[in-house]
Formats: sequence, C-alpha cells, structure tokens
Amino acid sequence: MLSLINIEKSYDGQPLLKGVSFTIEENETVCLLGPSGSGKSTLLRIIAGLEAPESGDVLWENVSLAGIPTHKRRFGLMFQDYALFPHRNVAENIAFGLKMQNLPIEEINARVKNALQTIGMTDFAKRKVTELSGGEQQRVALARALAPNPRMLMLDEPLGALDRALREALIQELRRTLHESQIPAIYVTHDQEEAFAIADRLLLLHQGTIIQSGPPHEFFHHPRNEWVARFFGLGNLIDGIVIDQTPLLVETPLGIIHASCDDRNPVVGQHTTLLFRPSQARQNLTVTENRVAGKVLDQVFQGEKFQVSLFINEQLPEFNIILPEPAQIGDIIDVNYVPADVLCLQNGED
Amino acid sequence: MSTKKFLLRKWLGHPVARSLLLWLLPAAFLGYFFYQPLLALFNLVLSGSATSGQGLNLGTLNPSRMIWRPLSFTAGQAGLSTLLTLIIGLPAAWLFTYFTFPGKKFFKTLTTLPFILPTVVVAAGFNTLLGPRGWINLGLMAYFNLTAPPIQFLNTFGAILLAHVFYNTTIIIRVVSNAWSQQNIRLQHAAQVLGASPWRTFIEVTLPQLRPAIFAATFLVFLFNFTSFGVILMLGGPQFATLEVEIYIQALHLLNLPLASVLSILQLLCTLLITVGHNWVSGLGKVSPTSTARRIVPRKPDKLMERLVLFVIITSLTILLVAPLTSLALRSFVKLEPTRGERSEFERGLTLQFYRELAVNRRGDLFFVPPITAARNSFLFAFITIGITLTLGVLVAYAQKNGAILNKILDPLLMLPLGASAITLGLGFIIIFNHPPFSTWRFPILIPVAHSLVALPFIVRNLSPALKNISPSLHNAARALGASPLRVWREVDLPLLAPSFLVSAIFGLTISLGEFGASTFLVRPDYPTLPVAIYRYISQPGALNYGQALAMSTILMVVCAFGIFIIERLQKPEKDIF
Repeated sequence: MLSLINIEKSYDGQPLLKGVSFTIEENETVCLLGPSGSGKSTLLRIIAGLEAPESGDVLWENVSLAGIPTHKRRFGLMFQDYALFPHRNVAENIAFGLKMQNLPIEEINARVKNALQTIGMTDFAKRKVTELSGGEQQRVALARALAPNPRMLMLDEPLGALDRALREALIQELRRTLHESQIPAIYVTHDQEEAFAIADRLLLLHQGTIIQSGPPHEFFHHPRNEWVARFFGLGNLIDGIVIDQTPLLVETPLGIIHASCDDRNPVVGQHTTLLFRPSQARQNLTVTENRVAGKVLDQVFQGEKFQVSLFINEQLPEFNIILPEPAQIGDIIDVNYVPADVLCLQNGED
Repeated sequence: MSTKKFLLRKWLGHPVARSLLLWLLPAAFLGYFFYQPLLALFNLVLSGSATSGQGLNLGTLNPSRMIWRPLSFTAGQAGLSTLLTLIIGLPAAWLFTYFTFPGKKFFKTLTTLPFILPTVVVAAGFNTLLGPRGWINLGLMAYFNLTAPPIQFLNTFGAILLAHVFYNTTIIIRVVSNAWSQQNIRLQHAAQVLGASPWRTFIEVTLPQLRPAIFAATFLVFLFNFTSFGVILMLGGPQFATLEVEIYIQALHLLNLPLASVLSILQLLCTLLITVGHNWVSGLGKVSPTSTARRIVPRKPDKLMERLVLFVIITSLTILLVAPLTSLALRSFVKLEPTRGERSEFERGLTLQFYRELAVNRRGDLFFVPPITAARNSFLFAFITIGITLTLGVLVAYAQKNGAILNKILDPLLMLPLGASAITLGLGFIIIFNHPPFSTWRFPILIPVAHSLVALPFIVRNLSPALKNISPSLHNAARALGASPLRVWREVDLPLLAPSFLVSAIFGLTISLGEFGASTFLVRPDYPTLPVAIYRYISQPGALNYGQALAMSTILMVVCAFGIFIIERLQKPEKDIF
C-alpha cells in the first residue's frame, strides 16, 4: 500500500537518510527500529508530508503523494509527546479530526463516545488533558489518531515517555488495538523489546539506510552483519582472519575456530567477525574443537542461570557465557562451541 | 541575657522576619514618597468636595466638560492607537517567529529601540520628519517654491496615533513572538495530520494558544497609550487634552489643584483597572511546555509569496522606526533655515553649530542656563536614581526571595507606582512637599526620587527573577566548602547577578534621562533636565533653538541606543533546539 522509494534527506548539511526504500502491506504492523538520531522520526514526518525529501518519492497504492499536503493525506500520526491540544478537553481532542472532516455533530459525538469507551475513559470526556497521567495521555492520543479512520497509522515512540512498568502494560493493549483496527501501522522505536512485542516485521535503520528487514526472529538468528549483532546485543563478537574456506576456519585470539556462515562465502585472508552467543556455550569435555577456556572474573545471577565473565588472554579480556551452575571467582572454566553455533559475520564497513 | 540573644537570633533566622527586615527600607521609601502624596491627593479631593472652598466646587463642576471629555478622548485615542499597533505588530510577530533573514538580530534590536527612547526624542524625531521645519515640508517648500509648509502634521490626531504606533509596536512583537515561538510545533503538526488545512490549523490550534499573549500585549499597549503624556503634549497640541495633559494644564497653568487631583485619582483608578485586566489575562492559559516539546525553528523564506510579504513588512517597519530617528540625527547636523539676525544670507549645509552652541548661554540670563548644564543635571539625577533604585531593588529582590507570605501583600503595593502616572506623581509631590526641608533645598532632590519611583518596578522585575534563578544548592555548596555567608554572597550571588545589575543600571539611566512628566512639575529654572530643556527649545522660534533641541535629542537618543545595545548583548540568546 505504502512504498518509499530512495528517500534522501540531510540535516544541517549532514546526510541523514541515504536512500531509504521499503513497502508496507495491508494490515501489517511494521516496526522501524534504529538508534537515537538515525532519522526515524524524520522519515515519519516525510511520510506524513510535514517535511519534503530531497530526493525520492512516497507512493500510496502506486500514486505519488508528492503534491499532496499533510492535511489531505489521511494518515494518522501519534507523537512522542502526544501533542494533545492543551486548550481542549479530552473529548474535544478526540473530536478534532472528525471536526476537520466537517461531519455532522451527532456523528462526531457518537464516534467520540465510542472511542472513549474503547480506551475505557468514558468518565474523562470533560477532563483537561493537562491533568491526565502519562498513560492516560497516551490512550487519548491513540484514540485521537484513530478516530478519523486514517488509512495508515504512524506512531513515533509512543511509549518512550513512560516508565517501564506502565510501558509493559500498555504495549499489550497497543498491540491488540492495532490488530483489531486492521489499519496498517508504522511503529517507530529505539527499544528492541518494544519492537519485538509489536511488530509483524522489523525494519532496522542504520546510517541512513534500511540495513535489514524481516520478522523479528530473523534478526535474532541471522543478523545481517556485525553492527546488527552488536545492536541487539547478541553476544561475544570476536574479530579474526579467514584461513580456510571448507571447512570455514578463522584465526582469532581464541585460536583457530571452526565457524559457519549464513549465505555468503568469505574468501581466505578476509577479515571477519565471529558471534559466540553466551547461551550456546557447551560443557562437553570430549570435543577438542572450538574450546574456550578462561578464569572467572565475575558472575551475575540472572534467574535460573548464571552469566559468567571469563578472562581469556590479554587480547580478549572479557568473554561472557551462560552456565546452569554457579562458578567460583578465580576458577578456570573450559567450554566448547559447536561449529554451527559460531556465526561468521560480515564486519563493519565492508 | 544569653537566652534573649538566642531568641533574637532565632527570630532573625525566620524567613518572614528576615523578609520583614529587608522590606523595611523600601517600604519606608514608598510610604513616604509615594503613598503620602497619593493620600494627599485623595485628601484634597475629599476636603474640596466637603468645604467647596479652594476654588473647586464639585457641585458646580460641569462633569461632562471637565471630566467626561478628557476621559473619553483618552480612552478613544488609546483604543485606536492600540488597534493600529496590533495591525502593524502582529504580522511582524509572525515574521519574527517563523523566519530568519539576514540582519534579523540587528533588526530585532532596532525594534526594541523605541521602547527605551524618551518621549521628547520621539516627538522631536517626528517633528524633524513631518513638522513645519522638518525634512519633508522644507523639501516640498523648496521644490515647489511654497511659502508655507504643505503638510500639516503637528497638532493633528494622526500625529498622536503615529507616535503611539511607533512606540508600542515593539511590545506586540516581543510579547507575541516570544509566546509564539515557545509553542510546541508538534501541536500544529498533529492538527495537520488530523486533516486541518494550514489556515484551519492557525485558527483552531495556534491562535487559541496565542490569545493570552495577544491580550496581555494589548492591555499593556493600551495602558501606555492611556498614560501617554509627552507625545500628546508635543505632537498633539492643546486641543487634544488627554487626562494627563488636562492634569498638567489644570495644575501648572490654571493652578486648579483640586480639579487636577480629581482627574489624577480618576486616572489612577483607570490604570489600576487596566493593570488588573493585564494581570488577569496574562495568567490565563499558561501551559508549561514539556521537555520533549519542539519549539518552532525559524527558517528561510523560500516561496516567492513569503519573500514578498516579508519584504513589505520589513520595509514598512524600517520606514516607521528608522525614518524619524535618522531624520532627527541628520537634521541636528544640517542647517536649513537662517538663524535669527542672519535674515536671508546664510549658508545651507552641514554644521556643528548646534552642538557648539550647547555650552553657550546666549541670553546672559541668570535663570537661563545653557543646554549643556541641563545635560549635566540629567546625568547627575540619573546616577542618583541608579543608586536609589539598585539599593532598593536588591533589598526587595532578597525580601521577595525570603518571605512568601509577605510578598502577596507587599508586591502589589510595590507595583502600584507602575500604574500611577508620572504626572500624578509630580502633582502629589508639589502638593505635599511644598514646605521645608524640600522647598528650601537648592538641589531638587525630588526629581531623582520621582525617577526612582518610576524606575523601581522595572528594576525589581529584572532583579528578582535573576535572584530566584540562583539555586539554593549553590549557596549550600559554597557554605559546605567553607565560605562565610558574606563570602558566599560575594563569590556566588554577585558574579551571577552582575549582568542583571548592569541591565538594571541601564534601565535606571535611560528612564531617568528620558522622564518628562514628573520632571515638568519638579524642575527649577536653574536646574532643568534634558527633556524639559528640549521641550522648551523646540517650541521656540529660531533655527538655533530648534537646532539645539535636536542636538540634545540626538545625544539622548545615542545614549539610549547604546544602552539598549548593551542590554540586548547581555540578555541570554534564546536557546537553540539543536
């Protein structure tokens, strides 16, 4: 339904978006994920028509939106600070979009009442929005954005201003509402847990381009490159040089490691990064391949299991693994990795 | 003994007690020099109506002629001036909020200039532009060989309106654009996304939020127009008597003090009403912006239409603001008319004659001092004013910081002089202080006292927030690091307050230098102030008198312009969101 084609935009002379392209399908909730300052909000403003891209185009059902001003696009946008009108009460805020469509007053009243019921705030109709709590403001903002039946909804870090407990409670509610409304949605966040909870599909924005897109679990199992693995905090990332292709052998500070690769074949002599997930460390003493041994520096109880930090050698001062049993600080621990679990990633700038 | 000492210390340690102590001197000053004369005015009116002796019989007084006419004229001209000011000021506020353009900062300073300029300077400026001896009239006369000036500007209603617009546009621009640029841009974006066209967004979202600021600015401009004195006296002439001018005429020319007092009290009630209205509307709809709110960021005008509108606004503002001031400065260096005695043979051209003559007492009159003496007097009064207002201002600022309960009672009493006009002040002074010691002193100490009363509310409004902004934890940190209370004041308060002190001093300087209303009541022939001297010289015939008035006005203008330039420099630049 919505397609972005090669959107470019710079800010203060610095390129911010360097050719962003993606599409959103019917009934799909897409999460645009990226670190702060990666241009996520700017992208939303471009889709909404509040800003113009320097090049590229935004299409809706294959028709360019270039000449269409914001107020005629019929997209909903929910702002990070909710942007509730302070001079209007709760009901008047929700009614705003309906009023702009010049609907008859009876219909507006009925739909506002309906919206208030949906968010469970019927008694709040006449309240000042400035007197609402953060969570209540969030609900009103969502009701206001949904009331005029937008053909697509965009949410800019809608839970960013709330504390953790409230966020976890609201995210389920938000997920249900989005799916029930059957409106395609773009959800912007820098919080990966939020993204996993909400999204049918993730788009990861880095250095001005969509670096990887797909269902959330794909990011987990098959990070596109070292940066993605680092962003999601997938585990120990260790640099090395490819010394053989079949089997894939990499020389690292841990010694020579037998690794596996997703979809490309690194050539001999190439720099690469290996991902060792802490949870995949095995304590199988019979295997001689891919052994990692070190002195216990520290350990943290994580509920059920223990995260243990190991000192391997001067080049590799910290290596994290997860063990079912507690360890003694100062003990030497020796684990192994199955070659299929050691993922060889494209590193940084290649 | 030691328990008594302990009790005293404990009592002094209480914030309310400390605040009371700090209030002592300012309250005594205000009580003696402001409330005493004010009571005297009331007394005069009440006793006048009771005995009907003193030349005023309120029974025979024709209220419609003596009171209703000046009152309705005052309100009418103030209303019309305010409306015109809004028409000019609001588009300019829009421009300052949304756009950047080359020289914006300088332009902003320029728009602030009128606010600090003395009324006599503004009147002299318009006189040199549009008066009978002004550039335009002399030019037209020379070009068309006319014998009389073709444009009748002085002593017209239009002159009053134009000068008021000149004066007050800056208030509308400042107050409104300040509130406007603090608006959360996301609210406008939200409205647009919800389907509001740009025009509808303005009407439904931007304007309702802006309304309190517009109302507040309107009340303020109305107040200034309502109490305007110098402009009306010098540009409007006698037929346009506002309350202020009527008080002045009744008191100083017709010596009818009781009627002048009645008018004064009426004036005071009106200004109080306007001030209350102003305070009421400026308290409305105050929304504290959230930390995540995005302020409006001014941008370059990119559409042709925008550029065109910008050009028109900037050009008309520049003409309105710059033309009278530059024509004043230029005219003070140019000789266009013969000096008395020269008749027809004289050289037109650049001259420094008017400035050289400032130090000369041509008439050899004992009571007629050369203009340079007036300048010396004015600066002397100004420095005394700065001394008084800074001392009292600091005391009040610390008192306000300490005692929250007392402030509720004392703050309005402190701000009342702002509502009372300078004319009322001057009238009260000549009624109450017409006996020793004040009547026998050669030095007119009452002039800087009156100036201090006019300036004090401004100074307090400047110092008090600056002091409140100093976090108590700074004091605690300095104390914990071993500084004595006095040392804390010297090492923490003083450096942090220094810019506010300087701004206050400049306010005191410019207000005192330009004050005209109260001074007309209080000057002695041998101790004139600059504005009073300018008023005397400009209305006298002869190119030399006119030129000297312009030279003095130009000096005043330059001092004030320099002052506002420093103030603008000291004030913190608006925080950029980047």
